[in-house]
Amino acid sequence: MGRELLLIEDEPNIIEAISFLLSREGWRVRSHSNGLDAVDKVRAVRPDAVILDVMLPGRSGYEILAELRAEPDFRDLPVMMLTARGQNRDRELAEQSGVSRFMTKPFANSEMLEAVRALVAAP
Amino acid sequence: MPRDTLTGSRIRERRIMAGMKQAELAREANISASYLNLIEHNRRRIGGKLLVDLARILDVEPTVLTEGAEATLIAALREAAAARSALGPELDRIDEFAGRFPGWAGVLADAYRRTVTLERTVETLSDRLTHDPHLAAALHEMLSTVTAIRSTAAILAEPGDIPADWQRRFHRNVHEDSARLAESSQALVRFLDTAAETGDAAAAPQEQVDAVLAEAGHAFAALEQPGVEPASLAAEVGADLSAPARTVLEAIFGRHARDAAALPLDRIEAALGEGAPDPFALAAALDASPARVMRRLATLPEGILPAPAGLAICDRAGALVYRKPLPDFPLPLFDAGCPLWPLYAALGQPMRPVSETVVPAGRTRRTFRAHAVAEPAAPLVPGRPALFEAHMLLVPVEAAAPDMPALDVGTSCRICPRETCPARREPSILGPASSGAQPPEAPAGAAD
Repeated sequence: MGRELLLIEDEPNIIEAISFLLSREGWRVRSHSNGLDAVDKVRAVRPDAVILDVMLPGRSGYEILAELRAEPDFRDLPVMMLTARGQNRDRELAEQSGVSRFMTKPFANSEMLEAVRALVAAP
Repeated sequence: MPRDTLTGSRIRERRIMAGMKQAELAREANISASYLNLIEHNRRRIGGKLLVDLARILDVEPTVLTEGAEATLIAALREAAAARSALGPELDRIDEFAGRFPGWAGVLADAYRRTVTLERTVETLSDRLTHDPHLAAALHEMLSTVTAIRSTAAILAEPGDIPADWQRRFHRNVHEDSARLAESSQALVRFLDTAAETGDAAAAPQEQVDAVLAEAGHAFAALEQPGVEPASLAAEVGADLSAPARTVLEAIFGRHARDAAALPLDRIEAALGEGAPDPFALAAALDASPARVMRRLATLPEGILPAPAGLAICDRAGALVYRKPLPDFPLPLFDAGCPLWPLYAALGQPMRPVSETVVPAGRTRRTFRAHAVAEPAAPLVPGRPALFEAHMLLVPVEAAAPDMPALDVGTSCRICPRETCPARREPSILGPASSGAQPPEAPAGAAD
């Protein structure tokens, strides 16, 4: 059984595309569209990696990540942030929140796949 | 180095500027060249008749030689030096530099001032790109749509077979997203064209004031003290603002000070209970007008309320004259607000309290309790229109109570995605709202 990835993103067509691409690479992909209970979802799924959008309904990706990092179980969980905003300020916020990788939309599929491989390969 | 010890340096500089040799100047002043050399290297003090003679020969006022450069020039040079301290400017020789090379010093000071002005302009424009709700929402929407199209189209363009059901879904998704993108991009270009034509790039007085208020979190400790002079504070806090913006700020500070005098901080704090504040209950308990209580609640120092409260005030024409937006309830900078806001309901029914639970359009869909009331903004005069002003306090709450359905509202029509809203007055630059289609089950795994 492949590793499990939780995709927290609210754009349905992005979820479809990423789910399709990663599932072909052997990932079991689960998705979640709401920021409010995203941390509960991570606790329930306990994925091997997370792709997290910054702008989500209910709660920002930064807040979600900061709460995850405060829990010992998720301190080292590989998390890649996905956002339509790529300004330095957003990168700084993501890094302060404890992000593993940061990727801006729009991205090439090959870039995204490579980033996920690197995400889980990193020590 | 004290300024009065640099007189010699200035004499030397002026002599060189006049094209005179040291011996020539010494001869005309009836002193030896070696003595002038000592003076020019600040090793001999100079004053009296000799100073006057040298000034006459050099065709300058004696004070030019003794007082050196203007204080403003020195101050500008100090600021420039402080801003680039890493480069190691010789701070102890600023006076000497300005005295010996007043032209170059002026060029440097002017260049520094120009740099600061340009940096502020860039900062303002950059900040606007980030915080203007029109631009930020429209760009985010466009980039998300582009991402979906790019990723989906790339999958369809791959060699090899894609399962037929996925192929159909991806074709449909590309079709839907491309239509959304076309509409939102055209609308965005129209918006930018209009903004350029109307000169929106320059900061309006209200926009400048908003920036000052936002930076302070709308709380000014000085205004809580008795006897504070609002005009002085406005001049100090708004030193960089245009004159019209300072006038607006002064009026806001004046009202803030009057509010603070009528409802001091300790009275408000004592009356506050736990949980979200209700301005109407507080107004009754404090024997104050609800509008005043709303202004006080919105300008309390951080930490007193469970969560910061937002505030919108509009005049009798409906124009927003005070904005304290919240992260999940932005208030439009230029447009009128959403006609569904309780603010406007209150404006239409002066003196009648209005409280509604509202959920603003947007991705976060947070819930707020909106309390509004319209009160006279000026004394009522028989035969003259009553100048009412409406206030709307926005208090974040956990969620709408089951027996209290929430009202869906927008920020302004231009960035609201609810295309079928009966109150819509112009099309949204975001295009129609997403179809809300649910993703299919992933080929392996599960989706919520």
